[in-house]
Amino acid sequence: MTTAEKIDRKTALDLYRVMRTIRSFEERSMQLFGENKIWGTIHSYAGEEAIAAGVCANLRDDDWITSTHRGHGHCIAKGADLGRMFAELLGRETGYCRGRGGSMHIADTAKGNLGANGIVGGGIPIATGAALTAKQLGTDQVAVSFFGDGAANQGTFHESLNLAAIWKLPAVYVCENNQYAESLPVKRAFAVDDIAKRADGYGMPGVHVDGRDVRAVYAAAGEAVARARTGRGPTLVVADSYRHEGHYYGDPRKYQSKEEIDGWRRQFDPLADARTWILADRLASDADLDTVDQNIATEIDRAVAWAEEAPLASPIKLPDDVYASH
Amino acid sequence: MQATEARAPAATRELFYNEALNEALRLEMERDQRVIVIGEDIAEHGGAFQVTAGLLDRFGPTRIRQTPISEIGIVGAAVGAALTGLRPVVELMYVDFAGLAMDQIVNQAAQNRFMFGGQARVPMVLRTQGGSGRGNAAQHSKSLEAWFAHVAGLKLVMPSTPADAKGLLASSIRDDDPVIFLEHKLLYRTKGAVPEGEHLVPLGKAEVKREGRDLTIVTWSREVLFALDASAQLASDGIEAEVVDVRTLVPLDKDLILASVRKTHRVLVVHEAIRRGGYGAEVAAMITEEAFDDLDAPPRRLAGLETPIPYAQHLEKSVVPQVDDIVRVAKELVV
Ligand SMILES: Cc1ncc(C[n+]2csc(CCOP(=O)(O)OP(=O)(O)O)c2C)c(N)n1
Ligand SMILES: [Mg+2]
Repeated sequence: MTTAEKIDRKTALDLYRVMRTIRSFEERSMQLFGENKIWGTIHSYAGEEAIAAGVCANLRDDDWITSTHRGHGHCIAKGADLGRMFAELLGRETGYCRGRGGSMHIADTAKGNLGANGIVGGGIPIATGAALTAKQLGTDQVAVSFFGDGAANQGTFHESLNLAAIWKLPAVYVCENNQYAESLPVKRAFAVDDIAKRADGYGMPGVHVDGRDVRAVYAAAGEAVARARTGRGPTLVVADSYRHEGHYYGDPRKYQSKEEIDGWRRQFDPLADARTWILADRLASDADLDTVDQNIATEIDRAVAWAEEAPLASPIKLPDDVYASH
Repeated sequence: MQATEARAPAATRELFYNEALNEALRLEMERDQRVIVIGEDIAEHGGAFQVTAGLLDRFGPTRIRQTPISEIGIVGAAVGAALTGLRPVVELMYVDFAGLAMDQIVNQAAQNRFMFGGQARVPMVLRTQGGSGRGNAAQHSKSLEAWFAHVAGLKLVMPSTPADAKGLLASSIRDDDPVIFLEHKLLYRTKGAVPEGEHLVPLGKAEVKREGRDLTIVTWSREVLFALDASAQLASDGIEAEVVDVRTLVPLDKDLILASVRKTHRVLVVHEAIRRGGYGAEVAAMITEEAFDDLDAPPRRLAGLETPIPYAQHLEKSVVPQVDDIVRVAKELVV
């Protein structure tokens, strides 16, 4: 476990703001889904905010990430526009993917987000390829792949980590261990007690971090990103967390007890924790944090209104959107 | 086999498509200890579409084997188990994930018997589901039957009704070759009469789901329901369409399709998968080769546009054939 380090007021407030934005975005998405305005399926990142926030705070706009089906948090932490995100969920022409992608497929390439992914483990090799580009072109960009505990049992995980290690690529692999892959608890999916140990087998450092504590994530990811940026190769970071909601909106959660859900939700709440230590360390006051919360609530309202005003995605000539050149 | 030979009309009751599949699994697992089910979220959760609901309680975790997310490992383990004496049924949550397992499906399961000179058999079923209509977007909505139809060594089943789902799954499990069993995500909550007890629908037999004299609509999976709705509309305009449900794409029941075409002299092939390289091309070519002189018009195809499936509801509908499209093209074909 990497221990948390003291951080300054600005960093603390930035991290808090990103986490609060993610939480509020997820709350509003669930509400919109309940109102039948969002179609398909959504996967809430509530409870895991510290990972995206802590990692992305170490990244520049020109660094890349690959994301997952649970991708709203990564997207926000990498600097996405909330209005365009909501517009995508609502199937609007102004959405990031013009209504073609939806929740599971938001990309924001201008900010280095190469895309969410509906295929578990699908993004891991892609981040590896982005890191290859940086190395090949001699830039100091870094590629980060976010993926779940479930994805760590895909072949793409093993093959990618090995490639990155033998090529010494500027990549950081962030495994978000939220204790479940859909209904399968981590205990039944791994015979090894700590996923970070696997790094050893590929010849890279493996770091295990408390994914509740945004300071710890920020510090561990900071080291891994610095390593990557300075040509010292890839790192595997495994962050423990817990997803507050079901796997998807409407999941009956037959595989979890109510006691577990209630207990763990309280125990794993990075946002509530952040408030506590920010106040304890006197980095900001209650009033400061309330102001942040209020500003974000207003921002979310504005973003949804902007998205709802936009026209529905145009179905004209969909086949023309398939290829880059005709 | 006694039950089918007795020929007493089996009692039926209304079941959902997913319940019918569940019943087939349960009956086959009771009948044969070698049948096991392997897949993701199939235990407590009962499968993403509730096809394995309750089976964990009935058969326990060694026969309802829930796995980590490792598609190629799961399918490959089924191949190995099938080669050595088990009869595994794999549940792949979405057909789109077959991409991860394709080597084990194509290079291993399909070709093993032939390659090794007939020494082995691979009695496994790979159940999965495809199709659009739920806003699941490009990576969870494809119709990929043409991929499998193109591989020598695989059988390919796509039932449209609960009764067929039950009878074809039972036959697939008893079959000694690898069977790709493709369900449609929007069929799971459709209902129909399903025979109680043992019910087998043979592989390789199509079925006329509606009789007619003016044209033949050849189709499969969810588009069968669309074709039946379209036929009702056409009938009110005096056009009687015959709807042939292919049910098993491999082996293909050429005789039944040709007999229908020889009666109506016009044929429309409909499927949800994109048109280019779709299985409809195979069916249309077969008809042209074998019944050219019986045709009063060239065979027509109605199929998905050549795009990935988009997310937004109205976009999604716009790229796959709807009931109105079938009515329109059928009318063009008949006049
Ligand atoms: C290749 C593939 N297999 C299965 C699925 C179905 N599926 C979607 S998310 C998921 C669980 C993923 O678990 P994990 O990687 O731990 O991510 P989490 O959902 O917990 O964030 C599964 C099985 C999929 N989308 N892709
Ligand atoms: Mg997980």
